[in-house]
Amino acid sequence: MEWLDAIIQGVLLGGLYALFATGLSLIFGVMRLVNIAHGDLIVLAAFLGLAMVNGTGVHPLISLVVIVPVMAAIGYALQRGILNLTLGRDILPPLLVTFGLSIIIQNVLLEVFSADTQRLKAGALETASIAIGEQIAIGWFPLIVFLSAVGVIAALQLVLFRTRLGTAFRATSDDHETAALMGIDNRHVFALAMALALAVVALAGTFMAIRTNFSPAIGPARLLYAFEAVIIGGLGSLWGTLAGGVILGVAQAIGAKFHPGGQILAGHVAFLIVLVLRPNGLFPRTRDR
Amino acid sequence: MSGTPETVLATHELTAFYGDFQALFGIDVHVGRGETVAIIGANGAGKSTFLRSVVGQLPSEREQVTHEGKPIGHLQAHEIVRRGIALVPEGRLLFPSLSVEENLRLGAYGKRAGPWKIERVHELFPVLRERRATPGTALSGGEQQMCAIGRALMSNPTLLLCDELSLGLAPVIIRQIYAVLPVIVSEGTTIVVVEQDINQALDVADRVYCFQEGRVSLQGRPDDLSREDVATAYFGV
Ligand SMILES: Nc1ncnc2c1ncn2[C@@H]1O[C@H](COP(=O)(O)OP(=O)(O)O)[C@@H](O)[C@H]1O
Ligand SMILES: [Mg+2]
Repeated sequence: MEWLDAIIQGVLLGGLYALFATGLSLIFGVMRLVNIAHGDLIVLAAFLGLAMVNGTGVHPLISLVVIVPVMAAIGYALQRGILNLTLGRDILPPLLVTFGLSIIIQNVLLEVFSADTQRLKAGALETASIAIGEQIAIGWFPLIVFLSAVGVIAALQLVLFRTRLGTAFRATSDDHETAALMGIDNRHVFALAMALALAVVALAGTFMAIRTNFSPAIGPARLLYAFEAVIIGGLGSLWGTLAGGVILGVAQAIGAKFHPGGQILAGHVAFLIVLVLRPNGLFPRTRDR
Repeated sequence: MSGTPETVLATHELTAFYGDFQALFGIDVHVGRGETVAIIGANGAGKSTFLRSVVGQLPSEREQVTHEGKPIGHLQAHEIVRRGIALVPEGRLLFPSLSVEENLRLGAYGKRAGPWKIERVHELFPVLRERRATPGTALSGGEQQMCAIGRALMSNPTLLLCDELSLGLAPVIIRQIYAVLPVIVSEGTTIVVVEQDINQALDVADRVYCFQEGRVSLQGRPDDLSREDVATAYFGV
């Protein structure tokens, strides 16, 4: 029973990792951009949520009504103003620029909010749970996070495969020069993809801030979890990314059972095992070579 | 004078570069409304480069390209197709992640009004209806070419540029594909075909340009050109 509980908690935690990873996966899929600042943008969203909750007293989940569109707008401007200029045949410039961006975000957060660890208070929601039998209790909040991850990925999947914009995303990803011949403005489409990605980042950052302590320096570790979830799942597959997040979460939960400090290590070990057995991840995009 | 309303496309001393390499050296071409113009020339003569410059895939100066009298040389590819110039690119270049139907519908991304709808494209190429759910790149070469033409038509162009329609196709398929050009012209579309295959091009064209090493080496009506002139202009002796 103890093990079943660990696995359930791990699956739910995997929902948060999937939310960390979804934006990264989407951006890589659409424009082959590896965003090194992704983790710091998650932390930025957390601090924006903190500022708003402290400033207005609203519940963190209500603050999403503002934080999600704000992060989307930041994403659009960031892509249009900076990142589009770095895209080309060479993969190095976007890596360097997003690495620089990561450092800038960390330093600005440090300057504005100090190095103190923070937490978003969500009141009764933090402890509310549903009891299943004698030994297993499922927290409402982790459940909400997990269902949000499923909902977000289902919605993105609908956008990708059922809308005009989604078709444009896929065409641009295949061949952006020919996509332009269809009337697609790649710079705009890329910016919309980044806006969508950072909308998900806003959700991920706020959930993270309710669940754990955070400080300006924790971005790179979130990036690592996101990377691992994306790679485990297979590049370009959003449902794969969810599976990757869940595998990471379950491995961590099981690792924690063995040894209190084993949590993080177990996640990395699971990542390495998948990488050795299935170098392309579990669900690689089939139409890529 | 080019730039009158009856001229759909004109280029003025058009040049093009790949880095330091100059591929076009001052090309003057004009295409009148309703005409079918052929551009012929040996491999590497600059035909594709010319089309890529016209549609904005390669940069050019503002006044080097005019469309219906307005300069478009400075515009980007996505802006030019929205003004009614569509390219069927060399090698078809269908989107592998998209089904045949999605490839076609993406052609209408710019939402230009006009006679071409998916039903009309299906009438022209019924096989594209039968195979609408398959990935574009799973089609045969001829079917891919049909899909690429249909995709370009979906943007409702007033000017359709076709780069080597016959490339790699069997003669019977080539004839089938060339047979639809008159239907497209009858909808009021002006066509430019680029071909290495001289005979195919001379059959359909009202006028011909021959390119050689980035320059126009000959132009005229097919009936007015002797075989020797064409051979000289094409191969450069
Ligand atoms: N992407 C490119 N980079 C460098 N040179 C190119 C490129 N594409 C074409 N060229 C050169 O430009 C010239 C014209 O090529 P192209 O327009 O493709 O000829 P055509 O279509 O008539 O066969 C050739 O010398 C070719 O080698
Ligand atoms: Mg060519």
